[in-house]
Amino acid sequence: MPDAPGLELIAQGIEEGRGGTVIETSVEHDRATLVVNPDGILHALTWLRDTPEQGYRFLSSVHAADYLPATPRFAVHYELLCRERMERLHVKALLADPAAGEESNGIPADEKLPELDSCVALYPTADFQEREAYDFFGIVFRGHPDLRRILMPEDYVGWPQRRDFPIGGEPVLFTHNEIETPRWFE
Amino acid sequence: MADELLRDEADITERGVAREAEDPAAPLVDAAEIAHQDLEGPGLEPEQEILTINMGPHHPATHGVLRLIVTLQGERVLACKPVMGYLHTGIEKSCEDKSYWKVIPFVERMDYLSYFFQMEAFCGTIERLVGLEIPPRAKYLRVLHMELNRIMSHLVWLGTSALDLGAISMFWYCFRERDTILDLFEMSAGQRMHTRYFQVGGVFEDIPVGFERKVRQFCDLMPGRIDQYEALLDKNEIFLHRTRNVGVVSRERLLELGVTGPLLRAAGEPWDLRKSPGYLSYGDFDFKIPVGTIGDGYDRYRVRVQEMRESVRIIEQCLDGLPEGPWISDDRKYVLPPRDELSTSMESLIHHFKLVTEGYRVAPGELYYSIESPRGELGCFVLADGSSKPARVHFRDPSFVNLQAFSDMSVGGLIADLIQNLAMLDPIIGGVDR
Repeated sequence: MPDAPGLELIAQGIEEGRGGTVIETSVEHDRATLVVNPDGILHALTWLRDTPEQGYRFLSSVHAADYLPATPRFAVHYELLCRERMERLHVKALLADPAAGEESNGIPADEKLPELDSCVALYPTADFQEREAYDFFGIVFRGHPDLRRILMPEDYVGWPQRRDFPIGGEPVLFTHNEIETPRWFE
Repeated sequence: MADELLRDEADITERGVAREAEDPAAPLVDAAEIAHQDLEGPGLEPEQEILTINMGPHHPATHGVLRLIVTLQGERVLACKPVMGYLHTGIEKSCEDKSYWKVIPFVERMDYLSYFFQMEAFCGTIERLVGLEIPPRAKYLRVLHMELNRIMSHLVWLGTSALDLGAISMFWYCFRERDTILDLFEMSAGQRMHTRYFQVGGVFEDIPVGFERKVRQFCDLMPGRIDQYEALLDKNEIFLHRTRNVGVVSRERLLELGVTGPLLRAAGEPWDLRKSPGYLSYGDFDFKIPVGTIGDGYDRYRVRVQEMRESVRIIEQCLDGLPEGPWISDDRKYVLPPRDELSTSMESLIHHFKLVTEGYRVAPGELYYSIESPRGELGCFVLADGSSKPARVHFRDPSFVNLQAFSDMSVGGLIADLIQNLAMLDPIIGGVDR
């Protein structure tokens, strides 16, 4: 991982290209973290990938997390890796929950989903993992080639890994309770 | 009967031609375009008709419940889309409702062939989050079990993959050695699978008397057995024909797709996290990273078989250098006190009670920690919110990410090679779906 001064240099480099992108830098548990503005995520990732002395060309993992009750509520984590130097860098984009805001354009607030630019064009490996983040957290990745649910059934309603989604809320259908479960056959 | 024979011959000729005319740069025909052409004239020949079929979810060669939507023109694959989620059990969600030490048995069951690796990924993340150093003996015992697990996982892969390619006897031989390994797990951990042997802070118990002798016997036996597997497959005409030059994806494309593990190494990229600094006690051992040349099915097979040999070497060195001392940390805030202390020490009793009822708390923080599983980079992300339950547990499963390369491997090839590619990809659907 880059050390603290190295991380500051990275933050500075990203800021030079597009001001206001880096919100925070931190080094915790032997890991460097760069918190970026969601609007600037593609700029930050492109810079980290294409700057020759950085060369974070391998994206290990993309995953989302729900920080309820904190605001901003969601975060998408990018675990970047520079294989030549064996260095890992954690980039985190914090996303506010639009459902907490006001109704706009005729869409009720609680149906609005957080949005973020997709990085599939930069890192093709993000394809399945962004679909997974969409599936479980309802984070919409703008520009994703095929944003559908991936692990849950296509017709599933709800975002199961959000913190306010109850655990074990779905009745299991057996022959002995199929009468009580209303309209199961549809 | 005669018709069938004729068809077979035609297939073989087509196959032979396909082998010769291997031009990766040849433009793939767009499925929609052909479908349009098919509406008129000669396109209606059965060989040119576009056919979209479901392979799976209950196809025996999909190693679980993987569904492939395959678009075919004759025998040729035009497009291939994996559909998963049939085995999704919401383990990550369930983990959020369990205290940290109760999460371990859950995560073991994701990728059911590499349970020691899942445990290590999770326990390692928690240890790094709380800053717990594990004793050297625990590190060695973890490496010992993980390498046994790696051999076991590769044996299951070798047996089932050879079975998919028609070599049924491999299955029995591989499962014979796998059973020996499971006996070893039973001896040290008490369970054959899903052992819950690794704990936060070390391992659950020291290895029993006689375990070392049994492992050494196994290490003496195994290289000879691997020779036998190779003797069965390396000169097998059918196996060679079906694996050589099939499913080749360039190393650059694999890296773009995030593929790791034997698949990447088979394409010539010597990338193995075991060689990364500070990962258990791997720095103490002398072992090689086998790499392939072009990354076809045969290279993938060779790399995995060679990895088994290297794992045997690591296990031998592990036993030679096994340090004495405790096998679990003595930090009472995270590790259960020994049973005999409970009747004499009030503090131990309190710690025991606290750990068993509530579990330990982890200060707010988040961490991603990755290790090298038999299938590639296995990462674990844990978000701690200060309570005794994790706020999020996420596994970056190598099978899930590697599966993205499947379409690249298969498109343009024959449908029979699809099975070969899937076998050599070695996805574990339990890990894909979680």
